[in-house]
Amino acid sequence: MPESLISARGLTKKFGDFTAVDGIDFDVAKGESFGLLGPNGAGKSTTMRIIAATSRRTSGTISILGRDPEEHGPQVRAHLGVVPQQDNLDTELTVTENLYIYGRYFGLSKKFVNKKVEELLAFAQLEEKKDVKVEALSGGMKRRLTIARALVSEPDILMLDEPTTGLDPQARHILWDRLFRLKEDGVTLIITTHFMDEAEQLCDRLVVMDKGKIMAEGSPAELIKQYATREVLEVRFGSDRNKEVAPILREMCDRIEELPDRILLYVEDGEALLEKIVAKKLHPNTSLVRRSSLEDVFLRLTGRSLIE
Amino acid sequence: MSKWKGIITLVAVGNPLFYLVAIGIGIGILVTENSGTSGTGGVEYIVFIAPALLANTALLGAMDETVFPVMEGFKWRKMFYATNSTPITGPQIALGVFIAALVRVAFSVFLYWLFLIAFGVLSFQDSWMAAVVAMYGGAAFGALMMGVVAGVKKDDYFLTVLGRLVITPLFLFSGTFFPLTNMPIYLQPIGWISPLWHTTELGRYFGYGAEVSTTMLSVHFLFLTAMLVAGIKISNIRFANRLLK
Repeated sequence: MPESLISARGLTKKFGDFTAVDGIDFDVAKGESFGLLGPNGAGKSTTMRIIAATSRRTSGTISILGRDPEEHGPQVRAHLGVVPQQDNLDTELTVTENLYIYGRYFGLSKKFVNKKVEELLAFAQLEEKKDVKVEALSGGMKRRLTIARALVSEPDILMLDEPTTGLDPQARHILWDRLFRLKEDGVTLIITTHFMDEAEQLCDRLVVMDKGKIMAEGSPAELIKQYATREVLEVRFGSDRNKEVAPILREMCDRIEELPDRILLYVEDGEALLEKIVAKKLHPNTSLVRRSSLEDVFLRLTGRSLIE
Repeated sequence: MSKWKGIITLVAVGNPLFYLVAIGIGIGILVTENSGTSGTGGVEYIVFIAPALLANTALLGAMDETVFPVMEGFKWRKMFYATNSTPITGPQIALGVFIAALVRVAFSVFLYWLFLIAFGVLSFQDSWMAAVVAMYGGAAFGALMMGVVAGVKKDDYFLTVLGRLVITPLFLFSGTFFPLTNMPIYLQPIGWISPLWHTTELGRYFGYGAEVSTTMLSVHFLFLTAMLVAGIKISNIRFANRLLK
């Protein structure tokens, strides 16, 4: 078992009557890329804030690099790089100034920070923008700068809360590429996301959260294997006929999910099932056979789709 | 604050210039010609209000540099949350805001004081303590405002109410333009709780030797000190709690 950097037991956070995080247990090993996956309001961000030593837990224990974040907030934060859900850069300062000042908050020497800033500008592909005020940057650039800023202190753990939410596909792919490089360099990553493809791309291991609880834990492949079938057949009969056809399909397949617009059939061989359906003279308007994804895992675990 | 250097300097230079010209030449002549110096303790009107202008500069500067950065940091652009994800703590952020405010206050008051000397209103040797007490008053008021604003969750009405219903009356009813005792007794309490009045009275004593009893000097000083200490304590608690939810 590799060294555990973070260890939580029975971690609970309540806001008044509302329980945001409900007694969760998890461990994060050194060099691991760990994901918290779940819909909005699942308790991911709250969990992140407790790890980041900026939120007090209600009960349970948590240790980060062997320390309790509540008692040793500054010492814990000295080892973390935090990328919040919304960029909180100083938009009136330049790209370089943002990196420099943040680095100095860690008590790092001018010489070290100056050198690091050059490195990070290259990493974030912002060299040409180094003297530009942040307010003039695109969303993707701001996001990369926020990530670069979190790296200025060479943290042991980089925490990313919804790193690509709100970015266009191209910007997401650039960002994923940067994060993948960090992962290769052995940086421990903790990522929250409600995007399945993001979790599959970036996470070695993840927990699926819903309503403050952990529903399942494992690698993306393990979770898919355990909670879904190899393939999924998606059929659409039009919103009226879906209801009519569903009982017939239910007899042909062990597990089906009826969504408002389509029916999902979980099988080992999607093509074979589709042929049987067509043989019964049920002609779907459209059909699609695809590999199972974490989306299906989530649907199975919660009975709800991830993005509603 | 560095990004506002230009405008701060412009305000720091322009403000005294306008006030001294308008009041020194305009209102000052009106007051002195009509009632002499009996109502202002034997000094020219412009001398009488000079310490009040210094105090006012200090307090308004302190307010600008606490209210806006704190609103920005917690609410508008949430930069304090970024700072707080480093080893920096809430009370340290509060201290940083406070020191920056002090720099601005010291700069503005010092410039204003130089203008007062240049216009021959105060004397260079004898009035430097008036500038110092103005800065002290600014520090006290700044600390209090920082504590107050750190608790503001919704900014819908706060700034308007603060500006129109708190700051303006304080300016008008704090013995700024006329001695506090000229007002009916039921209005005087506004001055008693006003940091501007306490700062101004200290300034008059140190600026041109106005008669203020030792007891009242202590009261003014203690009032401002209490405000300073309370402001810093409240700020520390609120900054820490608001950042650590």
